[in-house]
Amino acid sequence: MPLSTQSQAEEEQYVLVANLDNARNLSNILKAIGFKDHAIFTATPNGLKVTVEDSKCVQANAFIQADIFQKFTIKEDLVALQVNLTVLLDCLNIFGGSTVAGISTALRMCYRGYGYPLTLFLEEGGVVTVCKINTEEPEEPIDFDFCSSNVTNKVILQSESLKEAFSELDMTSEVLQITMSPSQPYFRLSTFGNSGSAHYDYSKDSDMMELFRCNETQTNRYKMSLLKPSTKALALSCKVSVRTDSRGFLSLQYLVRNDDGQICFVEFFCCPDVEVDEDL
Amino acid sequence: MQCVVTGGNVKVLAKAVHSLSRIGDELYVEPQEDGLALRSVNSSRSAYACFLFAPLFFSRYSIDRGLDFRCKLAVKSVQTVFRSVATLEKTVEKCHVELDKAKDRLTFTLHCKHGLLKTHNLSYQDTESLQAVFDKDSCANVFRAQSRVLVETVVHFPPSVEEVTVAVSSERMWVRNHVEDEAERSKALLTELCLAADEFDHFAVGAPNSITFCLKELRGLLVFAESTGLPVSVYFHEPGSPVVFSVTDSVLEGNFVLATLSDDHNLQKSDSGGGHAEPPPPPPDDFMNDDIDSYLIAMDTSVVPGPSTAPPSAASRASPAADSRTRKHSEEEEEEERDGNEDPGRPPSKKFRSLFFGSVLPPSPQTSTQPVTTQEVLASDSEDEDE
Repeated sequence: MPLSTQSQAEEEQYVLVANLDNARNLSNILKAIGFKDHAIFTATPNGLKVTVEDSKCVQANAFIQADIFQKFTIKEDLVALQVNLTVLLDCLNIFGGSTVAGISTALRMCYRGYGYPLTLFLEEGGVVTVCKINTEEPEEPIDFDFCSSNVTNKVILQSESLKEAFSELDMTSEVLQITMSPSQPYFRLSTFGNSGSAHYDYSKDSDMMELFRCNETQTNRYKMSLLKPSTKALALSCKVSVRTDSRGFLSLQYLVRNDDGQICFVEFFCCPDVEVDEDL
Repeated sequence: MQCVVTGGNVKVLAKAVHSLSRIGDELYVEPQEDGLALRSVNSSRSAYACFLFAPLFFSRYSIDRGLDFRCKLAVKSVQTVFRSVATLEKTVEKCHVELDKAKDRLTFTLHCKHGLLKTHNLSYQDTESLQAVFDKDSCANVFRAQSRVLVETVVHFPPSVEEVTVAVSSERMWVRNHVEDEAERSKALLTELCLAADEFDHFAVGAPNSITFCLKELRGLLVFAESTGLPVSVYFHEPGSPVVFSVTDSVLEGNFVLATLSDDHNLQKSDSGGGHAEPPPPPPDDFMNDDIDSYLIAMDTSVVPGPSTAPPSAASRASPAADSRTRKHSEEEEEEERDGNEDPGRPPSKKFRSLFFGSVLPPSPQTSTQPVTTQEVLASDSEDEDE
């Protein structure tokens, strides 16, 4: 493999080197959070976390563990960089992103440190492309302060059942209202659009419901425009965990299985819209 | 009103809604003694469609006697209820349709697999009854074919073809695309298909002639007919009177009534069809000289675009037609017709005779659709209902 024949000396300049036999395993998951241009990369010895934010109200994190990569070497405890995600995705698909089995783009991603570009070596069928993406001043991701100890309600659903609901959501509704309750309606998604309201109720005994742990009735509204981007992650995922904390903040965690059967996670945090005064 | 649809019938209902969405933007829902009627009409009133689902179609059908309820909804919002028609059959076990008079909502509840419950509360507008007056039984030309035959015929016409001309003789039916402008004829792609009588289950031609109508609505019906596997019957009489496409089985009836190009136009423009009979001369019409009015068969005001809050008195001033050949139009009718013509999206429609809809107001005893006595009378007039 040409990518592994890089000289040892060259390798040593980099603080971060990550090799991936199939670049699609990275590009797919980045696509799922690609609703804004700027992505903050935080690399630790555990792996890579990519963060995208919008309006200071929604944050998406994609976690790609170190063992997803064929090689993942990091010389510091923490390496942070920020790049334009659209550009990165274009580079990852520079060979067309063929989905034909047996043809895949190999990737080596290198970073020398602050002020240097992110360098991608991409190879497919013996052709190597080198992309250098200028890095930006890394911003500090918002801390949504979502602790599992504050979680009031949590359900885990098979994505299949939520996909259907999200594909049918009434987009004329400004908000998506999520009700979680230990009693009926248990787990409800509601929209209030031009033509009326719609409710999707999931029974807690449904075979789609893997876990149902709701302690108190909570009804919160979230801006549809903020939640809509999470549909991409939902489409990729096989399970989704929906949690709300005592402040009404929403956490959506998607379990994504890649082409090679490995598991990654995508997480969305979203802050609630105005408080609900009346029951509609 | 409360009705429950189960199993495969949910898909039938969904398909009906989807095919009605090809006609107009609004869905008229009218629960009747003899079943649930879903209707739609296009903006230029040249096409009308109605499905009547008999009480037996439902596993439960109950209406409030004495309470005359009818409403219209945006067809788009009803389509959202049945968004994924393809998977509907597999996922939906039961569908409840219920009227919540207190909240003014029509509620569709879908009981799906895995305990998922989808509830759609749709807002509606009260409306008058929407009825086109047509009499398919007295049509001289009657055909019945498997939907497949018609689907395979229509498939040869690209979506850009708006209108087709159907000509019939005692043994054959020709279907060709209608080219409006004589000058365009040399450039246009002409497609003509010939169907022999034995392609049909029933083929009866009493008046060999040819009619021209819009294809779009027929495609809508065919989607329904194909998915339900029901044969399609075609009824027509002469150019200018409507053509009726209908599907029927023991628990449902669907009628699509489409205006056809009026006769004078047909004679001028489409005489190249070959050896089949010339249509009979057009009936004398007092409005022959008036460009707009000659296309207009008496028009009522029962379906006013926008909120239908008009008081009944406003909607019932249609002049009673003592003689169908000397029809007169009320101001409202002409106004409405002009409105229709101003719609830039549908310029071709004006050459179609508009269908007439009887204004049927709930409390009036004389409101039922009067059966037509002669073919010329496409219009029944509501008698002064404000009295």
